[in-house]
Amino acid sequence: MHYLPHTAEDIGSMLRVVGADTLDDLFSTIPDDCRLKADLDLPDPLTEWELNNHMEGLSCQMAVAPEYKLFMGAGSYEHFIPASISYLLGRSEFVTSYTPYQPEMSQGTLQAVYEYQTLAARLLGMEVATASHYDGATALTESLLMAIRITGRKRVAVSSLIHPLYRKTIRTYFEPSGYDVVELPYLENGTTDLGRVDELDDLAAVAVQSPNFFGCIEDLQKVGEKAHEKGAFFVPSFTEALAYGLLKNPGSYGADIACGEGQSLGIPLSYGGPALGMIATNKKYMRKLPGRLVGQTKDLDGRRGFVLTLATREQHIRREKATSNICTNNSLCALAAAMYMASLGRTGIRELARQNHDKAEYLKSQLKASGFNIPFDRPTFNEFVVEFPPGFEKTYERLLKKKIVPGLSISPFYPELANHYLLCVTETRSKEEMDELVRGLTIDNSKLRD
Amino acid sequence: MTELMGTTGLILNEPLLWEKGKKGRCGFSLPKQDVEPSPLDPELTGEGPDFPDLSEVDVVRHYTRLSQWNFGLDTGMYPLGSCTMKYNPKTNERQASLPGFSGAHPLLPDTLSQGALRIMFELEQYLTEITGMDAATLQPAAGAQGELTGMLLVYAWHQSRGSRRSKIIVPDTAHGTNPSSAALCGYRPVAVKSNDKGILSAEVVSEVMDEDTAGIMITNPNTLGLFEENILEIADIVHSMGGLVYCDGANMNAVMGVAQMGKIGVDVMQLNLHKTFSTPHGGGGPGSGPVCVKKDLEPFLPVPRIVQKEGRYALDENRPDSIGKLQAFYGNFGVMLKAYCYIRTMGPENLKKASQFAVLNANYIKEMLKDTLHLPFDRPCMHECVFSDKNQTPDHITTLDMAKRLMDYGFHPPTIYFPLVVQGAIMVEPTETESKEDIDRYIEAFKAIVDEAKHDPDLLRQAPHKCKVRRLDETTAARKPCLAG
Amino acid sequence: MKKINELIMPDDLRYAEDHEWARLEGDRVRVGLDDYAQDQLGDIVFVELPQVGDTLKKGGEFATVESVKAVVECYIPVTGEITDVNKELEDAPELVNQSPYGDGWFVELNPSDASEMETLMTSTECVEKLKGAE
Repeated sequence: MHYLPHTAEDIGSMLRVVGADTLDDLFSTIPDDCRLKADLDLPDPLTEWELNNHMEGLSCQMAVAPEYKLFMGAGSYEHFIPASISYLLGRSEFVTSYTPYQPEMSQGTLQAVYEYQTLAARLLGMEVATASHYDGATALTESLLMAIRITGRKRVAVSSLIHPLYRKTIRTYFEPSGYDVVELPYLENGTTDLGRVDELDDLAAVAVQSPNFFGCIEDLQKVGEKAHEKGAFFVPSFTEALAYGLLKNPGSYGADIACGEGQSLGIPLSYGGPALGMIATNKKYMRKLPGRLVGQTKDLDGRRGFVLTLATREQHIRREKATSNICTNNSLCALAAAMYMASLGRTGIRELARQNHDKAEYLKSQLKASGFNIPFDRPTFNEFVVEFPPGFEKTYERLLKKKIVPGLSISPFYPELANHYLLCVTETRSKEEMDELVRGLTIDNSKLRD
Repeated sequence: MTELMGTTGLILNEPLLWEKGKKGRCGFSLPKQDVEPSPLDPELTGEGPDFPDLSEVDVVRHYTRLSQWNFGLDTGMYPLGSCTMKYNPKTNERQASLPGFSGAHPLLPDTLSQGALRIMFELEQYLTEITGMDAATLQPAAGAQGELTGMLLVYAWHQSRGSRRSKIIVPDTAHGTNPSSAALCGYRPVAVKSNDKGILSAEVVSEVMDEDTAGIMITNPNTLGLFEENILEIADIVHSMGGLVYCDGANMNAVMGVAQMGKIGVDVMQLNLHKTFSTPHGGGGPGSGPVCVKKDLEPFLPVPRIVQKEGRYALDENRPDSIGKLQAFYGNFGVMLKAYCYIRTMGPENLKKASQFAVLNANYIKEMLKDTLHLPFDRPCMHECVFSDKNQTPDHITTLDMAKRLMDYGFHPPTIYFPLVVQGAIMVEPTETESKEDIDRYIEAFKAIVDEAKHDPDLLRQAPHKCKVRRLDETTAARKPCLAG
Repeated sequence: MKKINELIMPDDLRYAEDHEWARLEGDRVRVGLDDYAQDQLGDIVFVELPQVGDTLKKGGEFATVESVKAVVECYIPVTGEITDVNKELEDAPELVNQSPYGDGWFVELNPSDASEMETLMTSTECVEKLKGAE
């Protein structure tokens, strides 16, 4: 086996040093009734070349671009990723190192994470950002736990227009501790109804998502004011980080903690993971943040350098009182995001975000013109909800066969919204592809009407 | 030793991203705008983030230079105890980047995701076979989230039996994350001490185990690199009081094909794919922390479950007793894929060999260095061994000094000051992928450093001398944190 | 780290088990962390203090002190209401290391029962206890 370097001679001489006759003797401290007597029942080994064939065979059973035209986002977005990023991210000095416990030989990772923290904070208009979390759902959950810890209160109000799978994650984490999660309903225009917030006491945080699950941009000014009126943390979240290339950032609305998913920033879809959880806040709360943080300092000669810092918040020191149990996070994904933000720059991210918006507007207008209902009239970024006529499932299947994925049915999450689909258009979709989608939809639509 | 591994070479200084670049540059091939502009409401429009404008060349040079300030496993031996820094096969990277996998959207219909579902289904089967458990979930994103998942399963199991317990037993040789994972699930960790052999005795467990204790979180092999020999007795005690046994399986690399956790009383355990199953650590993740359980706990596993019917794979959300979801989608698929490839290329015999060689290497280092460094528990170890700086106390040399000096010799230091049960701990985990020559060089380096400690202690106190930076001021970093530029 | 005979433990203070000190100043009690504790912790990087007006019961947590790689909770040595906190520590936590009994004080409180001071150790008792634990 080419990953195992020992020769028979090596094994023999090392066993002699150890004082064991056989490799099995090394396990003498394991009681006999704890031993596995049979061989593991696993497939026989493949050569590298057999593996290539096997994996290529499996990968062909997946529907991906460019063969398939995706009009689906819902928390995971197809964006262009420059070859330079995949290439740089593959550098083994980044890939095969671990958490930079020894800063003198990890300055590459440390400076890169510090730069990521800075760019993430700038994107969100906040003062500080963490090194990374698992994904948007856990970032939001940990942000709410942070608000609970700081305020000492035990209830959170969560918009029903936060990604349904994020809300499930919050409930899973909160179940044993008994913190109360109150879901806020939505208004006809596709934004969160804050009416119930007034009735709630002991409120640690008000969380919304913008753009929300319907793609609508929330009135963050109003949400922030309402949260602060109640002395609660204002926690705006997001699933599409690229939106903040164009939209006013959460910081400008007075966010206490901004959090969400950074997958759009140069990270492949990869069937949903690994992704990038982002959390940012202001300096006054930095010592309450969950997760790793990198800080700038100097070495003995006064040269600039970087270290993991504020470690006393973390699990290995504060034990059961830690701000989180996170240890391994998604560092390499944060690096991808930093490379992506650096590659775009201010000029590029603006232009790319604008294109996402304009293209989505184009498709929206074409669908409207073809007679489809756009139920929510709030402005959107690159996703929006369309109501298709009853019986649309057949059209959906037919389009799938034509390798077009016309969005995601949202009725499993919102039973009251039968035949409602969430469509997404990023810069990867061309006008031609959108026109083809509209044509495909209208042919069947006219048939359905007949 | 003829020539030191550590040497100096030309590396370049590199400013921070925003200290370079020029407004108007762009490192991204912007797509053509093929639709009419449609301005967004100015009320909602921001000014755009304050990012530097860099060319593609600027970005490429920047990260290439930064990467050269790093030491990775591909650079040299990285025997970080408890972290299993084994070689990361390159073919696994290739497979994970196949467009069919890297470009797959998680919400596509099952019929269009058969490849990914089959990989996940089979990986679950392999992991249950390797652990001897009955079922697995791949959803947890890292070891610590696996621990939390395990605790949530324990909680759900108790709740289903109408009981609510408040405590959990955590030995002093458990992993550092265990107490906070338990606390996150509302449990109060009760610390118990290991005995003079470095393992847990059944007596101390029976002293604290009661009907308000949900179970025990035991790391096996433990963080001293020792197999918990009394595990069967301990499991009996915990089970007899209605508790469950959680095993932190981060150290599974020692016992693949040798011990079966499912047969020794373990009810639930997590694995770390980025340790045992060779996926790269990425400078601190992404990892993956699957959880394996016995039959009783299966109904509580996170949704969706992957099911197989007539050769087709599907996601099943309909599990009323499930604890719910640990993250938005199915976990770190890109990481699982690499672990799957690893298991497929290793096969059953080589996995066992990997554990045997990992244990051989650790015992070899232990034997070769035990006259040089203080060895608090002189008995056969598993995949890692723990020394201390006790012999160097008269020279006023600490574990930290020796660790820093190792860098000059061209090695990544071991884990230091952990586990806490050994003062000044030096925790060495060589893994099976290091050759005897490299291990011998490491041993020689340690011997030379201990010699230097006697004759030229300042060389150690001032170390490292050959890195990009010298020792860093961590005190000021924590007093006046500068977390963003 | 200092040897026991190198520790400065002034006679005019009283000491709690966890190395908080208390000094009666008129009708107020000033509280801080003693020389032994600051020395054990090493470079202190952050001190979290309570709010003025908080009422604390003897033995209750009132402050958290962090060094680079350790964190300890501090317990109030006598019951009372916090009347002042040392704001200097926000920007200069190193004062606890430099001057544990002077500029490095933590809080001042209005004791509910000043005689509680008598339940605390004297300097001699505290040093004896440290020697005993050696």
